[in-house]
Order: sequence, then structure tokens, then C-alpha cells
Amino acid sequence: MTRVGWIRLLVIVLAVGALELACRAGFVDHRVVIAPSEMAAALWRMIAAGQFTGEMTRTFGIVVAAVVIAIVLGFALGLLIHALPRVREALDPFFATYYAVPIFIFYPVLVAIFGLSPVPILLMGVATAIVAMIIATLNGLDRVPRVLTKVARVHRMGAVETALKLKLPAAAPYLFTGVKLATSYGFIGVIASEFILSPAGLGRVISDAYADFNNPRMYALILLLLIVAVVVNTGLHAWDQRWAERRGIRKP
Amino acid sequence: MTAPEVHARLAGVTRVYPATAGHQPVHALGPIDLDLKRGEFFGVVGPSGCGKSTLLEVLAGLQPATAGTVTFEGNRVAGDVPDGIGVVFQEDASFPWLTVWDNTAFGLRRTGVDDTEVRRRVDDALAFMGLKDFARAYPAQLSGGMRQRVCIARTLVLQPRLILLDEPFGALDAQTRLLMGDEVLRLWRRTGATVLLITHALDEAAMLSDRIGAMSARPGRFLDIVETKWPRERESTIVSDPRFGEITGRLWDNLRGESMKSLGYAGMAAE
Repeated sequence: MTRVGWIRLLVIVLAVGALELACRAGFVDHRVVIAPSEMAAALWRMIAAGQFTGEMTRTFGIVVAAVVIAIVLGFALGLLIHALPRVREALDPFFATYYAVPIFIFYPVLVAIFGLSPVPILLMGVATAIVAMIIATLNGLDRVPRVLTKVARVHRMGAVETALKLKLPAAAPYLFTGVKLATSYGFIGVIASEFILSPAGLGRVISDAYADFNNPRMYALILLLLIVAVVVNTGLHAWDQRWAERRGIRKP
Repeated sequence: MTAPEVHARLAGVTRVYPATAGHQPVHALGPIDLDLKRGEFFGVVGPSGCGKSTLLEVLAGLQPATAGTVTFEGNRVAGDVPDGIGVVFQEDASFPWLTVWDNTAFGLRRTGVDDTEVRRRVDDALAFMGLKDFARAYPAQLSGGMRQRVCIARTLVLQPRLILLDEPFGALDAQTRLLMGDEVLRLWRRTGATVLLITHALDEAAMLSDRIGAMSARPGRFLDIVETKWPRERESTIVSDPRFGEITGRLWDNLRGESMKSLGYAGMAAE
């Protein structure tokens, strides 16, 4: 691990340790926050007992489906919009302001259309993530050096071969940024939708635990979501860094 | 003695960029008449923006000529880059996602050449360009000069009969450019290809070329074609030959006024 990595780990350990001490010493009301060790113990008991396995499967399944759909569809739409400059010019203001719109207001409309099924949650996840992927695709294609198009012509490559063998790999670092953002946004979209209105899923269970003052359950599930989100994002970040280093791109 | 065969010909070639929103049409090039003899090294020098790169792209088939005809090996060049032409660009055109070896093999793999032959040609090109020890490296791990050598190796493996070099050393320092010049001369001698080199550096053109075309400010036309009469076996040490100074002097006499025009010193150029 790098020196920065060790510092990062130390910051997390210190923060968790400080919270643990504060809870144990009674500086933090037990009815508000429980000690991290209690959260971990509660989570372990929950997993060992197989409690909420169905909810976990449902939620993480929807997250994966939403992210995959957002990435594939977002990339395809990005390619299409990039090929149509006038359409792009017309859509640019919508993309720029998209995340200023609280898209959760459309959840009731989706429930009215699709009922209380996983579909509205899935669509909320896709809607939250897809524009990040479209924007990343447009950004990546914009940054493909023009000389590569000339190289393609010198090699007498057709449009599809040029796109697949030159443009796509050249744009890959920016597309990967889109993948990372879509993953984060998809995760947020699904959990938040479940938390607000869904009849099922981990977000719903957390919401119910909150209403019942069941702190061990609520914090155990929050910890689970935190661990999953951190592991997935750290994995994607490490992969991204490896690619970027190979290409001589400096990423923070 | 028979006259050398014409390898590529530009006859009355002009290039006018059509008007775009808020801009007038731009007459970038010509009319240009030029016969490239098979196996010669032809340099093109001229002031910035005179249409040197446009000339190269029209000859390669990357841009259409507005008027006139371009022929390569007797066939008209129109729309597509003909088989047998290789181009090395000024910009870094190496593929950062591929190793040096895979960069070099890129074009060859597409042509259906069998794997053994691909390996042989790529290994040979990398050895020739001094990149053998960097075969598994990625372009980001190389210097600018080495990346340009990767692009030259990628062109070389396809065994082009006409090599077009568009200011390939423009981004390199003076010493590296001299050394790269030596490498290009070795490449030219070994392949027997016809080479057209676009450059803004008079010394580079004088050192490398058999003939040098000095172009006017836009629209670019040949003002003078200078024959260097260098022996085929030459290298960068000819820069100390007294004739080297005469050649660069003659080129500068042609280009000084044109360069001033291109910089907007029209009055001074007339004096």
C-alpha cells in the first residue's frame, strides 16, 4: 500500500475509534448512535441468522440491473447523440441541469404506471445513473484525438471498425469515469427510492427500523450498505488507476 | 541513362476549403504541379499556414483536390488512401492502450498476414527503430521521440512504397531531430520507398532531401525546387558541409519574404 493509502486507512481507523470511545464513554446518547463495534456485532448476527437475505438479494439485484442498464443504454445513447451534433446542441442544456431536478418526484408516477413492484425502483436507479454515463460518453468521444481518425483512414478502416478499434479504446478512461459515476448514482437512486416509498428492500427495512427506534438493526444495515459501496467504489477506483497509470494519465 | 520513373504526380492541384458559417472560402493550396520520382526523398518547406499539410493530405487521399489530379503509381487518388501509401503525422498517433509491439503490429494484423510473418516483420521493425527493448512498454512510458519512432515502425511494417511524413519531428528538440533524421535516412535507404517530408525546419529539409520544394505563403505554390545532389549514403554530419549552408541560404532567400507575409508584415516583405 502507498503512503497515501496508509494515511487514508489511519484517518478511517481514528474516526471509527473516536466514535467508539465517544459512545463507550457516554458522550453520545445510545438512543441516537450506537458504538461501531455494536453495529458490526449486530450486522454479523443478522448475516449469520440469514435475516433479511431476501431483502439484500432484492436490493443489490436491482442496483446491479439498474447500473448495467444505465451503462449500456447510456453508452449507446451517448454514441448516437455524439453522431448527431444538432440533437446534441438541443439536449446539452438538459444534461447540464439534469441533476438539479429532484427526480424522486416522479416515483409516484412510476408506481401509478408499474404498481408497487421492483420496476419503479429499477427505473429510478436507471434514471439517476444514465445521464452520468451519457455525459461521460460524449466527453470521451470529444477527446478522441483527431489524428486517430486520420490514422484510421490511412489504414482504410470503416466507420464501425474505427469506432470499435480506435475511438472506443481512446475514449475508455472517460467512459470508465462514467461507469464509476453510474455505479454510485445507481446505488443512491435505488436505496433512496426504497427508503422513501418502496414496500420492500433494504432501504425500506432501514426506514422501518428508524421508525421503530431499532438502532442495532438500522445501524447494522447502514454499515452493510457503507461496506458494499466502499468496496465496489474502491475496486473500480483501483482498476481505473491501473489503466490510467498505464496510459500516463494522472488521476487524483 | 533512363529518366527516373514518376511515382506520384500532382497536376494543377488546388484545394479550396468551402465557406462555413461566417467565414469565406479559403484557398489553401495551388495550383501545384509536382512529379515525385520513384525512390527520391523530397522535402517541402514553407511558412506556417501555407498549405504544406494540405498538400500531403491531398496526395495521401485524406482530402480531395478541388481541381487538378493526383496520381499514385499511375492510378488516380480520389477519396481513399491507396494501398502502398504510409503516413506519419506530426501529432503523437501512438495508441496509448497498446504496447509498443501491439502498436507496431496494428495495421499488419488487419491485412490478414499470418502470425509468423507479423512477428517477423514487427520484431524486425522494432530492432531497426531501436525499440526492441521497449516492445512490452506502453507509449506513456516512452519519450516523445520514441513514441514517434513507434508510429514510424507501425508504418514501416506495412512496407509502404510512398512514405509521407508530416512534420514528424516538430515536437522534438534540435538534437533529437538530427538523430531522428539519421534514422529516417536509414529507413529510406533500406526500404527504397519514395519519401515526401513536410517540415518547417530548413536545416532538416536540407539535410534529408534530394530535392526541396519551397512554398509560398497561402495559397501555397512552389516558388523554387532546390536539388541538393547529396549522395544517397548520407547522414546528419553533412550539416558541416559548406554546401549545406548554401542550400539553406537559398531556401531562406525564397522563404523570408513569404514568411513575413504569413506573419502579416506585408509592407516589410515588399522592401
